[in-house]
Amino acid sequence: MRLTLHIWRQRNRNDRGRFVKYEINDVSPDMSFLEMLDVLNQRLIEHGEEPVAFEHDCREGICGCCGMVINGVANGPEKGTTVCQLHLRHFRDGDVIYIEPWRSRAFPAIKDLVVDRSALDRIMQAGGFISVRAGSAPEANTVLIPKETAELAMDAAGCIGCGACVASCPNGAAALFVAAKISHLGLLPQGQPERHRRARAMVRQMDREGFGACSNHRECEAVCPKRISIRFIALANRDFLKESLAPSEATSGKAKNAKK
Amino acid sequence: MNLAPKVPSGPLEEKWTRYRSTVKLVSPANKGNFTVIVVGTGLAGASAAATLADLGYNVLVFCFQDSARRAHSVAAQGGINAAKNYRNDGDSTMRLFSETVAGGDFRSREANVYRLAEISGGIIDQCVAQGVPFAREYSGYLANRSFGGSLVSRTFYCRGQTGQQLLLGAYSALCHQVTLGRVKVFARTEMLDLVVAGGRARGIVTRDLVTGRVEAHAADAVLLATGGYANVFFLSTNARGANATAIWRAYRRGAGFANPCFTQIHPTCIPQSGHYQSKLPLMSEALRNDGRVWVPKLKGDTRDPAEIPESERDYYLERMYPGYGNLAPRDIASRATKRVCDEGYGVGVSGRGVYLDLTGATARLGEDAVRERYGNLFEMYECITGEEPWKAPMRIYPAPHYTMGGLWVDYGLQSTIAGLFVLGEANFSDHGANRLGASALMQGLADGYFIIPYTLGEYFAGAILEKVSPADQKFTEAQKEVEDRVARLLSVQGRRTVDSFHRELGAVLWEHCGMSRDAAGLRAATGKIRALRGQFWEDVRVPGDAADLNQELEKAGRVADYLELGELMCRDALAREESCGCHFREEFQTTDGEAMRDDGRFCHVAVWEFAAEDREPARYVEPLTFEAVKPAERSYK
Repeated sequence: MRLTLHIWRQRNRNDRGRFVKYEINDVSPDMSFLEMLDVLNQRLIEHGEEPVAFEHDCREGICGCCGMVINGVANGPEKGTTVCQLHLRHFRDGDVIYIEPWRSRAFPAIKDLVVDRSALDRIMQAGGFISVRAGSAPEANTVLIPKETAELAMDAAGCIGCGACVASCPNGAAALFVAAKISHLGLLPQGQPERHRRARAMVRQMDREGFGACSNHRECEAVCPKRISIRFIALANRDFLKESLAPSEATSGKAKNAKK
Repeated sequence: MNLAPKVPSGPLEEKWTRYRSTVKLVSPANKGNFTVIVVGTGLAGASAAATLADLGYNVLVFCFQDSARRAHSVAAQGGINAAKNYRNDGDSTMRLFSETVAGGDFRSREANVYRLAEISGGIIDQCVAQGVPFAREYSGYLANRSFGGSLVSRTFYCRGQTGQQLLLGAYSALCHQVTLGRVKVFARTEMLDLVVAGGRARGIVTRDLVTGRVEAHAADAVLLATGGYANVFFLSTNARGANATAIWRAYRRGAGFANPCFTQIHPTCIPQSGHYQSKLPLMSEALRNDGRVWVPKLKGDTRDPAEIPESERDYYLERMYPGYGNLAPRDIASRATKRVCDEGYGVGVSGRGVYLDLTGATARLGEDAVRERYGNLFEMYECITGEEPWKAPMRIYPAPHYTMGGLWVDYGLQSTIAGLFVLGEANFSDHGANRLGASALMQGLADGYFIIPYTLGEYFAGAILEKVSPADQKFTEAQKEVEDRVARLLSVQGRRTVDSFHRELGAVLWEHCGMSRDAAGLRAATGKIRALRGQFWEDVRVPGDAADLNQELEKAGRVADYLELGELMCRDALAREESCGCHFREEFQTTDGEAMRDDGRFCHVAVWEFAAEDREPARYVEPLTFEAVKPAERSYK
C-alpha cells in the first residue's frame, strides 16, 4: 500500500506546530496503524531526522495510551477501536491521512502527538474511589449484586481513560469519562455511602481543570473505543444534581473541613 | 552472598500467622517519619503504595507511563485465583498451594507459596469492597471459571479485562491517598539507578521523561514493583514500554538475580504476521476452557478448517494429556504446540500456528453465552486478524509472556540489599519454573496489600537508619553516572536504530533460550549477544537530545540493559543442567519427550551476583526443601 501522511509536528509546548507531509510506499494492509508509524520512524531515524513522538504501550487496546485524531476523528474511522487496534486494511491504497494530537485546553501539548492528560488523574483523585482499608473488607459473598447490576457497572468500568471523549467534544467536556466512573461505583452497593459526595467532587474537579460542559452532542459516545454509553452521563448528572440541591450531611461536613 | 530465606519456624499452616503476630511494629506516631519509594504502579506497586500510605508512611511513587492507571497489569485478561471453594468442588488453601508448587515444577519456596494461597481469599474480599465488578451468577453470588493446571474452578474474573479492573481498584486506592496527601506520584519518570548508602538501599535516580531532568530521591526504603522482562525477546505479549532497567540497575548495585532463565512462553497468542510486527497479542488462556486446540492430521493441509472433518483433526493436547486435555499447564501446552509445528502440522502461512476452536462451544452454548464470557477477546482477534472467531477457529502460537525469574527476595520480600524490597513479577516469585494461569494477579496483590505492610514494618522497627539527602556523595555520584550514560548513548551517533538491535537480540534469545534450549545453542547465543552488545555501543543511533521528550533515548537505555540481561539468561540456562517447568533442555528429557528434572543437583534457586563490567558473575544457590508436598514427576496425563 501507498499512503500520504500529514502528521502534526510540534517540538514542545511553546512551538506553534505544523503538519509535515510524509510519503510511505510499502506498508501492508495487515499492519496496525502504530506499526505503520514505527516503520516511518525507523526510516526517519535512518535519514537523520527526529522520529514522530506518539504515545503507545500495550498495543492491545486496554492501556489507553495511544489516542490520536485521524482524519478528523478521534481514534480513527473504525467504531469501538483504539488506534493500536486499527489496521491498515481499513484504508485504501493511495489514501491521504491527517494525524493530529488530542486538542483540548485541559490537555496541554507536550510534543508531536503527545499531550498531557494528567487532568484526568486529578479528577479521579478528587473522588473516583471507594474508601476501604486493606484488611477491613467483609467476606466477598456477603454482598450480593444482581448480575444485571454487575454487568452494567462493568460496562461503565471498562473506560480506559484515553481522553477521546474530550478530544471529540465541541465543548472539550470530560463528561463521559467522569460519568463512567461515577456510574461504575454508584451502581454498586459498596459505592453507596460515598455516592453523592463522589459525584459532586469529581464534577467540581472537572470544572476546575478547564473541561467544558456537556451539551449532548454525543460525539464522545461515537468515538469511545470501549463503546461507553452516554446513558451514564444522565445517571451521573442525577447524582450530581441531587447532591447540589440537597447536600448530604457527609458532604457538607467535608466541604467545611475543606474550606479550613 | 547471604541467601538466608528467613522463613519463620513452625508448621507450614501457621508460619504466616505466627509471623504477623510476632513481627515488630512501628508506632503509628512514628510511621510518618519514614519515607518509602515505590517504583512501578501495576498491581503490586499501586496496592503497596496505597496500603503503606494508609498506614501512615510517606510514599513517593514513580512510573514511566503518563498515568499510574496504565501500568501493564491493566492488560491481564483471564482472571485471578483464590481458594474460596465457592464451587464446593474440592478447593482449599492446601490444594491451591500444592497445585502452584507442582505447576512450578518444584522450584519455588514452599512457605511463600503457602502464604500466597492463604492470602488469596482476602484479596477477593478487598477487591469487591473497592468496587471491582467481578462476574456474577444470576443469584448475585460471585462467578468462577476454570484455568490451566487446575481441576477446580477458582478463578474470579471481569469479562476478559480482569487485570484492568483490579488495577483500577488499586489505582483508585492510590488516588485516595494522593488526595489525603500521603502519596506523591511522579508520572513520566523513569528510574535509572538505585542508590545504596551505608549498605542499605536509600534512594533512586530518575529521569523526567518530558524535561530530561535527572534527579536523585532519598528515602528509608525502596520498593521495586517494576514487572518482568519478557520484552527482552522484542516480540512478546508485554506492553512496549515494559522493561527490566530498574531490576537490572539494582542487580548491578548488588541485588542477587534469581533464575533469570525461567521465562514463560504463553501458548495462546496471535501468530506473527510480518517483519514489521511490534508485539504478539495474547488471547487469554481462559479460552482453553471452552476451546479445543487442534491441527490437521495431514501434514501441510491447507484446506479451510471448516472443511476438515473431525476424523482428520488431531486434538493433540487431549491426545497427549487426557487428564487435563486443553487445560494442561502453559509450559506443557506451549511445548506440545511447538512440537506439532516443528513436525510440519502447523497451520497458517508461516506454518507456525495451531487452531484454537470455539466454534463447537458457540454451537453448544449459543453465541450469547460465549460472547459474555469472551466477548472482548473475540473482538480483539477479529480486529487484529480480520477473521471472525465465531465462525472459524482462531490461529494461535506461543509467545514470551511472563518471567518467573527476577530479583531474589527472602520471605519478607527483601532482596540481598537491605532496604530494597521487590514485589510482584519483578521478584523471583512464588511460581517456580512455571506460573499457572490467573496466579500473577494474585501474587501482585498479595505482595502489595497484605505482605509488604508487615515485612516493611519489621525492617523499619529493627533498623537504625541515618539521615540521608540527595546532596550526599553516594547520591550525587549515582546521578553523575546516569547523566554520563545518557550522554554516552546520545554520543555514539552510529548507523543502526535501537529497534534493529532489539529485534536481533530477541531473535537470538527466541532461537536459543526460548521454548527449548541446549548447551551448544546457549554457548553460541552468549557469544552472539556479547558481539551484539559491542556493536550497539559503537553503532547505535539515538536522535534528538537529552533535555526533551526523547522516546528513542528511553528505548536505547532499556535495550542496553537487555543486552546484558540476555547474556545472563543464557548463562543461567546453561548452568541448569536439567529440564524443569518452562526451562526445557534438549539433553534432559524422558523417552516420550517430557521434561526430566534433576532434584539431586538442581533442587535450588540459582542466584547470580554481579561482579564487574568485564568479570563473570558468580552463581550462588538457595537450596529448596519440600515438606508438605513431595517432589514428584509432574503428570497431567
